[in-house]
Amino acid sequence: MTAGLSCEEVIGKLLEYLDRELDAAAQLEVERHLETCRGCFSRAEFERRLRARVVETGDVKAPDSLRRRIRALVARY
Amino acid sequence: MGSIRPEPGSTDPGERIALEPGAANGVGGQATSDEHGRRQFFETEVERLMDHLYGMALRLTRNRTDAEDLVAEALAKAWAHLPSLQDLQCFEKWVFRILVNTFIGDRRRQARTPSDLSLGQDDGCAFSLFEKLHQPFLLWWSNPEQQLLDKLRREDIERALDALPEAYRIVVIMVEVQGFSYAEVAETLSVPVGTVRSRLSRGRALLQASLWRQASQLGIAVGGSGGDVP
Repeated sequence: MTAGLSCEEVIGKLLEYLDRELDAAAQLEVERHLETCRGCFSRAEFERRLRARVVETGDVKAPDSLRRRIRALVARY
Repeated sequence: MGSIRPEPGSTDPGERIALEPGAANGVGGQATSDEHGRRQFFETEVERLMDHLYGMALRLTRNRTDAEDLVAEALAKAWAHLPSLQDLQCFEKWVFRILVNTFIGDRRRQARTPSDLSLGQDDGCAFSLFEKLHQPFLLWWSNPEQQLLDKLRREDIERALDALPEAYRIVVIMVEVQGFSYAEVAETLSVPVGTVRSRLSRGRALLQASLWRQASQLGIAVGGSGGDVP
């Protein structure tokens, strides 16, 4: 634990911090805490990595049939 | 991120559009240089975004055929309403919003009962995979939570996402996969930002609980502290 926010407060704000939804001052406060608190830093890293895995699930290639369908749509109208 | 609000009178997110030939071309379907530029812009942007649109549609619908239909329907709406989009820089967010609203509109029409679009069981879930796995007194080379992430396969995560009640899944996908802000999600879904925040929090907790269950079944949850999973 460090001066400023407590670990509990940081954990409460962590997901919004990772979503960049905190105001600049709160974002900075969390950032400062993470620089010096190993436990909270580990949790933030875990959440970041998990999020990256979730993001991967949207990484797919659209089928050619869909591309053809859209091209036909635009050509027709 | 810029505003993604379409102009008044443009795409109503839940609206089903009867697309007529010339609909995107202005009055009387007159060919103009504007029209040519718009067509070129649309084709270029759609080509650039196609994989992302399909990826999001696939996560929303959980089905390849439905995902294709959803993207096609959303892009037909986007093409028909493109003239009403004043700031083309907003196209990307605008078209994703149309995709989500088209999905929601379709689901509402298909829902046989209101519960089909419900939030699922309100179980007060506040599950955290990290808290389940983290062991602060282990030496640095042992890191159960990171090991779990390494062992989870993409299909495990897809399954957990697909299992989320729809209202949570939509918000988690919009924020995590597509990078929408809470305000943008709130605007798209016509709900308060606080609702987005709570659905996101609940959705993430349910997602992590589901991953924990899968990891336990697969025997890849290392050093968990046990206990009930919602």
